[in-house]
Amino acid sequence: MKVTFLDFEQQVSELENKIEQLRYVQDDSALDISDEIGRLQKKSQSLTKDIYAKLTPWQISQVSRHPQRPYTLDYIQHLFTDFEELHGDRAYADDPAIVGGLARFNGQSVMVIGHQKGRDTKERQYRNFGMPRPEGYRKAMRLMRLAEKFGIPIMTFIDTPGAYPGVGAEERGQSEAIGKNLYVMAELRTPIICTIIGEGGSGGALAIAVGDAMLMLQYATYSVISPEGCASILWKSADKASEAAETLGITATRLKTLGLVDKIISEPLGGAHRDYAAMMQTLKKSLQDTLNQVQSQAPGEMLQARFNRLMSYGKFKEIELN
Amino acid sequence: MSWFQKLLPPKIKRRGEADAKKSVPDGLWHKCPSCQAVLYHADLEKNFSVCPKCSHHHRISARTRLDWLLDSEGRFEIGSEVLSVDTLKFKDQKKYSDRLIEAKKKTDEDDALIVLQGSIHALPVVVAAFEFDFMGGSMGSVVGERFVRGVQVALEQQCPFVCYSASGGARMQEGLLSLMQMAKTSAALTQLSEARLPFISVLTDPTMGGVSASFAFLGDVVIAEPGALIGFAGARVIQQTVRETLPDGFQRAEFLLEHGAIDMIVDRREMRDQLATLITLLTKQDAVAKLEAA
Repeated sequence: MKVTFLDFEQQVSELENKIEQLRYVQDDSALDISDEIGRLQKKSQSLTKDIYAKLTPWQISQVSRHPQRPYTLDYIQHLFTDFEELHGDRAYADDPAIVGGLARFNGQSVMVIGHQKGRDTKERQYRNFGMPRPEGYRKAMRLMRLAEKFGIPIMTFIDTPGAYPGVGAEERGQSEAIGKNLYVMAELRTPIICTIIGEGGSGGALAIAVGDAMLMLQYATYSVISPEGCASILWKSADKASEAAETLGITATRLKTLGLVDKIISEPLGGAHRDYAAMMQTLKKSLQDTLNQVQSQAPGEMLQARFNRLMSYGKFKEIELN
Repeated sequence: MSWFQKLLPPKIKRRGEADAKKSVPDGLWHKCPSCQAVLYHADLEKNFSVCPKCSHHHRISARTRLDWLLDSEGRFEIGSEVLSVDTLKFKDQKKYSDRLIEAKKKTDEDDALIVLQGSIHALPVVVAAFEFDFMGGSMGSVVGERFVRGVQVALEQQCPFVCYSASGGARMQEGLLSLMQMAKTSAALTQLSEARLPFISVLTDPTMGGVSASFAFLGDVVIAEPGALIGFAGARVIQQTVRETLPDGFQRAEFLLEHGAIDMIVDRREMRDQLATLITLLTKQDAVAKLEAA
């Protein structure tokens, strides 16, 4: 697969094109130019390293939405075996913007739930760009209750621009569906491990992101509103998205400082999409470590810790009242 | 003008502003934005700010609401010791810290949620009410914490918890911290359920976004005021996304009742009595009249 480069990666893109051309020449020429190719590859790597060492929050936001970034089904394929997808909310429909089902993680039964975006135009439409409707959240809740019943841990993967803002979604209770999930996940008697793999878009992301541990990929984002949305409301211009991204504090490092994320999962050089295998390996290890940690707690202890953590969210000051 | 006010049709703008624009002595006369009737302010207020001609429910402040709802004796404020901080040093065209100062001046409150312990017809309750004029009633860390402290007092006192929502959603200026208040407030309600204490959620105009999509629909009973705008996404966002005209009365209380999203619509003038009846029924007590006679 040919890598798609983002705006700020243009220099890398040019270098990679050049390497490609040289390789092509190499094939039907007697001259050995592999040294030259090697030199350029090194240059491309160090350039990528330089660029990624100082990504702005807005650039990270672009990486988190990269069209080649691994999606939930990619992680399911690489991290789990025996995936049995389960469908539908038993009330209205099956929402393809959220996928879920039983699977095996290093041999252990787990319930996997995640947002799913599409790769091509047709699939994007089918998946509604990863924007769930109420039935998606209700399916997720049904699967979580199922997992609880059989004492199966839950792993969720978060990657959505947000819950779908549509007439039908409102008519069928988008708000209630999200709110109910927040409530259920707070008291669910089984471990829940959440990983932000791409775009953590507001309430639509949070609705499957309450649990015992929050992991976040290095170039993922998580925000109360998209930088564009924030800019168009507060600056009255979507062009200020970059400033908004800066001030909203949407990156993994910033959120870890605020205590909202437990662990940042490093991505391969140039982002997860540059090396699926490496990304999967790193995440798999972290997920197993986290699962062990959560499972080592007694159930009551685990629930109390989850509750205490939820109650600790927020920054404020307290004054003495007379 | 705040972003939220900008979203609203001009006719639903708050009373104070409308008065300022007309060159009428302060608050003496008021024109109903719904039926255009010119009303004597004192009459309107006596009628719980409900238009006597068309029953349009005017927006009211959180304090006024709580004052009308609760018995006059034995009120205690909860969580007023909790105040905002600008953790992100958030700045758009204005600093968050400046916006807070402005909102305080405008409303005489120090954040968007006010919580009181008190009673309704002598039935003990904890009641929270959103102040919409404080940054669009947006939910940040202080709102979340005060909500939770209110729930805790309800648990200690073994009494029901009532919340009046009026909010545009999460407070952007607190970034992800504000989103997390959705999880925090919803989680607190699990404790009320466990203790079998009622949570009654009253949705008033408007209840949108992160408030709508967290505790607001988690009430054991969910009530709305007539005509209140209630929904997840704003009409403008939906229109931009789906590019179709929105159905008549979309996201209004009556629309929600029809779609099975809420239990009932209650006129503000009946609210106090209705809440008392619901509480006595849920907690298996005698009717209010009988309680009061005893």
